[in-house]
Amino acid sequence: MAEGHSAVVTPMSEGASGDNYLTTGKGVLSWLFTLDHKRISVMYMVAILSSFLFGGMFALLVRTEMLTPGATIMTADTFNKMFTLHGVVMIFLFIIPGIPAALGNFVLPLMLGAKDVALPRLNLLGFWCWLTGATVCMVSIVVGAVDTGWTFYAPYSTTTGTAVVSMTLGALILGFSSILTGLNFIVTIHTMRPEGMTWFKMPLFVWSLYSTAIIQVLATPVLGITLLLLIAERTLGVGIFDPALGGDPVLYQHFFWFYSHPAVYIMILPAMGIISELVSVFSGKHIFGYKFIAWSSVAIAVFSFLGWGHHMFTSGQSPLVNVIFSALVFGVAIPSSLMVFNWLATMYKGAISLAAPMLYVLAFLFLFSIGGLTGLFLGALSTNIHLHDTYFAVAHFHYLMFGGTVIAFLGGIHYWWPKMFGRMYSEFWARISAALIFVGFNLTFFTLFVMGSHGMPRRYYNYLEVFKPYQQASTVGSYLLGLGFMIMAYYLAQSLLKGEKAPENPWGGASLEWETASPPISRNFEHEMIGLDPYDINALELSSDSGSYIRKDPSSILLTQAGGE
Amino acid sequence: MILTGLFDVMTRLIRVPEDGGATFWMPPQGSTIAGEVDWLFNFILGISVVFFVLIVAVMMVFVVKYRRREGRETASPSPSNNTLLEITWMAISIMLVVIIFFFGFKSYLNISTPPANAYEIQVAGQKWDWSFTYPNGYVDQDLHVPADRPVELVMTSVDVIHSFYVPAFRVKMDVVPGRFTKTWFEATMPGEYDIFCAEYCGTGHSDMSAMVIVHTSGEFGPWLEKASNFLLTMTPEEGGRKLYEIRGCQQCHSVDGGPRTGPTFFKMFGKEETLADGSIITVDEAYIRESVLEPNAKVVAGFEPVMPTYQGRLRDDEIAALTAYMRSLDGKMGEE
Repeated sequence: MAEGHSAVVTPMSEGASGDNYLTTGKGVLSWLFTLDHKRISVMYMVAILSSFLFGGMFALLVRTEMLTPGATIMTADTFNKMFTLHGVVMIFLFIIPGIPAALGNFVLPLMLGAKDVALPRLNLLGFWCWLTGATVCMVSIVVGAVDTGWTFYAPYSTTTGTAVVSMTLGALILGFSSILTGLNFIVTIHTMRPEGMTWFKMPLFVWSLYSTAIIQVLATPVLGITLLLLIAERTLGVGIFDPALGGDPVLYQHFFWFYSHPAVYIMILPAMGIISELVSVFSGKHIFGYKFIAWSSVAIAVFSFLGWGHHMFTSGQSPLVNVIFSALVFGVAIPSSLMVFNWLATMYKGAISLAAPMLYVLAFLFLFSIGGLTGLFLGALSTNIHLHDTYFAVAHFHYLMFGGTVIAFLGGIHYWWPKMFGRMYSEFWARISAALIFVGFNLTFFTLFVMGSHGMPRRYYNYLEVFKPYQQASTVGSYLLGLGFMIMAYYLAQSLLKGEKAPENPWGGASLEWETASPPISRNFEHEMIGLDPYDINALELSSDSGSYIRKDPSSILLTQAGGE
Repeated sequence: MILTGLFDVMTRLIRVPEDGGATFWMPPQGSTIAGEVDWLFNFILGISVVFFVLIVAVMMVFVVKYRRREGRETASPSPSNNTLLEITWMAISIMLVVIIFFFGFKSYLNISTPPANAYEIQVAGQKWDWSFTYPNGYVDQDLHVPADRPVELVMTSVDVIHSFYVPAFRVKMDVVPGRFTKTWFEATMPGEYDIFCAEYCGTGHSDMSAMVIVHTSGEFGPWLEKASNFLLTMTPEEGGRKLYEIRGCQQCHSVDGGPRTGPTFFKMFGKEETLADGSIITVDEAYIRESVLEPNAKVVAGFEPVMPTYQGRLRDDEIAALTAYMRSLDGKMGEE
């Protein structure tokens, strides 16, 4: 372990000479073979945001096609490939690795006052797995796009003439990346916490990454098994899922959702962790109900394993099983609603700053509430039968995954951006872009609820004339969304090039990542830290000359006996 | 004031009209269970609206009241935990989801349990159409049912998974190859309602639609009688044309020479075709019969071997009528 670090640790003089992790080591290879969690995180960020761009373009093409019933700009087959690509890219390349690999990788060791993750080589291997998996997926797009939807349901996926095998192989390799990240985080959190940081003094983002990691390690192998069986069936003709070969297609759905139901909590849990951090810092106040939030994230991880059958109420599985799963799936509503309650309570009597990250928190609370509440319609048996596989489910999913995860991810990017790159961004354009994204998102997806409850099935190329106004409003909304993201790309690029230099602690966060330079030096900290209450916002005050928040008692955070190292 | 206005909008959004027509959220109610499902939908909607408004209102009030500004740079002291409040909130959430689960469970029992006296219709899904087989063996592309009588559907798929969905009846059930799945409904209002395929099944997924035609109970028997015997009352060409329309041929074969998944029937009879293996055959009665019963034995070059077999699904007299119809498409007769 120590050797792992030595490869990236630089001389003591580094901090003094103004070097940081971005400037230490030059050239492409110093990035591609780095063991520094911060550089790996930046590479993930570039890779993941590129995937988001691709996935978003596929989504815009899908929405454009929906402007009119029947053909608008593409054939039915192209449309089927487009929504499949949108789903696969967004789920496997973007949103599953998104927060843990890109933000978590950067922030987790810093929050623990550590030099790096526990297993830096494994971290790099995870990134290479991601690159390999993503490349395999991209190649399958070029040689023969897949048209199965991101769910790869058998027997359609075992019989269609497209490149399903290579695509699933790509998803399999991506799964390894996810497992490695999760494993690394578990080991890091168990072994690398600083003196004084007991389990209940960890920042809640760390709790959420821990819960996420448990799901990643336990559930992802099942996806791997499922995809391997699918590949075996297609290439070797072994009858597992295809009834023509003696298999059972419903078995595939059990396998698939056994992973993919927990996977939606892999996607949302880290987002909840970000919100817990942001809501406290931007309310200028200690988080409310710390232990309840921490336990809620663990409870969600546990419940996540018990809900897979609720995707299958109409699959033909037995009514008794349906009833059991309906009861179980409601369980997840309790910890989720508890979190919302605690976030709101944190704002009570606070000093609420409306800086860009907080705007994303407010948007999150609004959209996540809708996403969560509409889950009640889908958890209840009789309403699920009507709404299953309609736009209603699509809208519910996007309110949680986009309105929840992506919005929190954006909040996190805006929050940690000054730390990551040492630059501030234009607050004015950040607000404009956040507003456009919020309005565009609601226009795009609220219309889908109405169409869905009226019976508009998902993945439809053609549709009834009555849905046209809703479809067109939704498409206009998606263009607004796209515009919002273009503005974001513009001001973030501008920030990188000529943004104002960021202070160490621009927001007043009390967790350890703010105790080092922006951007951090390669070995993260000059001194060894101790773990104090990460939400003790009152321990800091704004220093008027540096524009940075500083500790009222600077020595309180240092491990006294090893103060100067 | 604002609250009463909001309440007014809410009641309008979640109101169910007396006549069972469409609302802002729901399609018309066409079956006995639709009312129950809509009641639960509106119940959950009511709870959701209350909680959503509560959350957003509290959030907005806090943002306005506690906004960081001149003279309010730091937060006022307030507790950072309150176990009693947490437990109360949790208890309310648990109570609500238990109630919602219970009502969902209760109406689901009705949805999943067909009455003993239900009229049974066999349903087959295939890419990309439906066929409905009546107890007397008659097959139709649309689902004709009597009103006010429970109808049970016994369904299976010929190829991949489909899903039988009638929004107006609030009924949905996957149609799975290698399995029989069942669903049932009792239509309440004569009229026509859409059937959709809700499980993605490829190119023609969104066109895999049909109608449910609900007859008054007195009209259904005579309709079935007349519909079942069309080959006796029509010429072979007319009968063949009807079979072409109702048995799924037209999904993939055009009669005007236009391209579809399979070869067009226009001027097909008597034509010489090149097969995928390079050999040449003439389209005659024997080839047509073979291609209906064993579709992938001799596939015309340029087409995929995707047609499902009609072995056991088309009788000899029906194949003969279809052949007569194809023969009539020689471009010489005026289009009907």
